[in-house]
Amino acid sequence: MKVIVNVFLKNGVLDSQGKAVQHALTSHGFRTVSDVRVGKQIIIEMDENDGESARAKVAQMCEDLLANTVIEDYAIEIQA
Amino acid sequence: MKTKVGIIQFPGTNCEYDAQNAFSALGCETQILWHKENAIPQGTDLLVVAGGFSYGDYLRSGAIAKMSPIMKAVKEFADKGGKVLGICNGFQVLTECGLLPGALKRNEGLHFISRHHHLKIINTNNTFLSQCSANEILNIPIAHHDGNFYIDPQGLRELYANDQILLKYTDEQGNISNPNGSVDSIAGICNLGKNVFGLMPHPERAMESLLGSDDGRRMLEGFLSA
Repeated sequence: MKVIVNVFLKNGVLDSQGKAVQHALTSHGFRTVSDVRVGKQIIIEMDENDGESARAKVAQMCEDLLANTVIEDYAIEIQA
Repeated sequence: MKTKVGIIQFPGTNCEYDAQNAFSALGCETQILWHKENAIPQGTDLLVVAGGFSYGDYLRSGAIAKMSPIMKAVKEFADKGGKVLGICNGFQVLTECGLLPGALKRNEGLHFISRHHHLKIINTNNTFLSQCSANEILNIPIAHHDGNFYIDPQGLRELYANDQILLKYTDEQGNISNPNGSVDSIAGICNLGKNVFGLMPHPERAMESLLGSDDGRRMLEGFLSA
């Protein structure tokens, strides 16, 4: 089973990298860009058959290691 | 009795020997502790989580180091009141593992910053800064990419209320001068119990006036009086 984890800075925590990328894009002529956020995607292969069991384990991984919940939010997507 | 200092070394740590040299120069007994150890040597007075790039800063600075075997022992040591000092990457490790509040983000300007910086001493009613004076200005090197201290407004109020803010980045006159975007220009904090300390600047690199500054000496001397 493949599990995709997306980790991004929380709303309200300044994303300096996103702002720099946004500035580079707009100054490069992409004037319709109104916001950019830079985060991480973590792709996990697991020997699991049950999606909910996998989700619970990955949520624990996020809390323990994959995200720093002081500044980051995470989203888990299970791929069959 | 010599103060006994244990200095923790992860793969990618690179300030452990600077720290060892600094504490040896102050007359301490020092020992490097490899991260796979799962116990702290008997009689240790101070644990130093040294600077560097543990695990190549992979995932987040300090994130993987917190999973190392020795960190469980470090937490138990701290929970019993043992003194722990995290310098630079060590500060990041201590916030990651929850021994200190807040987090260290990428510098606001996105650049790695390596230069001397002035710091103002904020609170001295703790072991670490007991040999310094409040509002004193020190000159200490900084060298980091992820030194942008973040804490939410409630957490910040608690830091102020409990005298947990140790240092702020300033200019030579003591005016706030923020190199990395840290909340309120904070460069170092301690925990509520005032036995766990973390700072981004490197006092162990400011031990000889011949090399630019010996202001770090007075900071580290605080641990000798304990």
